[in-house]
Amino acid sequence: MEIKVLGPGCANCQKMEDLAKTAVKELGIDAKIEKISDIQEIMKYTMSTPGLVVNGKLKHAGKPLPNIEKVKTLIQGEV
Amino acid sequence: MLKDFASYLIYDLARLDHGSRLADAINFFIYDTMKIFLLLSVIIFIVSVIRSYFPPEKTKRILSHKKEFIGNILAALLGIVTPFCSCSAVPLFIGFVEAGVPLGVTFSFLISSPLVNEVAVVLLWGMFGWKIAAIYMGMGLLVAMLAGSIIGKLKLERWVEEYVYKFRSGQTQELVTQAFGERLAYAQWNTADILKKVWLFIIIAIGIGGFIHGYVPQDFLVRYAGNGNPFAVPVAVVLGVPLYANAAGVIPIVYALMEKGLSMGTVLAFMMAVTALSLPEMIILRKVLKIPLLAVFVAIMTATITAVGYVFNAVI
Repeated sequence: MEIKVLGPGCANCQKMEDLAKTAVKELGIDAKIEKISDIQEIMKYTMSTPGLVVNGKLKHAGKPLPNIEKVKTLIQGEV
Repeated sequence: MLKDFASYLIYDLARLDHGSRLADAINFFIYDTMKIFLLLSVIIFIVSVIRSYFPPEKTKRILSHKKEFIGNILAALLGIVTPFCSCSAVPLFIGFVEAGVPLGVTFSFLISSPLVNEVAVVLLWGMFGWKIAAIYMGMGLLVAMLAGSIIGKLKLERWVEEYVYKFRSGQTQELVTQAFGERLAYAQWNTADILKKVWLFIIIAIGIGGFIHGYVPQDFLVRYAGNGNPFAVPVAVVLGVPLYANAAGVIPIVYALMEKGLSMGTVLAFMMAVTALSLPEMIILRKVLKIPLLAVFVAIMTATITAVGYVFNAVI
């Protein structure tokens, strides 16, 4: 499974990345988490950061951020 | 009801004397704290739900190929209801330009969003009454429309980084529409998140109001921007530009300045200069704007905030 966290780097993007990491760990799944800060790459998916992409599909974009349970469901939907 | 509860805590439970300075101060503090946190929770929650209906993609579609003026008004209003993280200013800017939103209209949006901020408005409402809050909101919208219109009129497109115009993002994905229950859940997380971030600043602000009457660290500012000085507004704005604090952080300072007798228009203009322009934001915008445009942006913002401050001092 491939997870991408989209964000040029701010407190919210950092939080999104932490949420994704925690979710993967708690779900016990094998996933590669990649942080994307390149604007060109981000805008292939959305213009609202922070974003969460699972297996090439945009799952979350912008503020407000989801909570950990929600992030787990978003990731699980693609397992 | 909140007043009764505060009085009950102070005079019945803690058995402090009616009319003693300490008891009154604590009473005021508890009442204000309850009132403001209640207001904040309710308003942030409602605003969050409304915002879930205005994702940036939708705002972009609405503003695309709009005429100047109407576009500026719409953009300033949409800035209030469209949620965006400061980190997405660059992708938003590129996305807007790519979708054919005029430059000045894009600026109106980018200005209004941080300026007319729900936390700022609620805090002003809780501490100074709804009129001041409404005036602040009106001033913010006015600044966003004016500054955006002027930037549009000046035709500064050549000072936008070239790559912005060459950008082709292709088809971005859109999220599935949320169910209502989900919107409520997101709103609730958001409310908790914001309260966690601002509560300390608010307690400090209320503390200044309740206990430290007359304590003002910004004596310098008061001396040069006091009531009798016709240059009070520009001085306050120019001093506010390099300072940066979020809406909650600036409120204690605003309270202290009011205490010292600065007029309302001056204080609100100061607050806008502090929240609207900041070095981190300039560094982010530098990625899409060349330095001359960035400088023009700061100059126009300073001028419009000053003008609006004067108008309000004259009106009130």
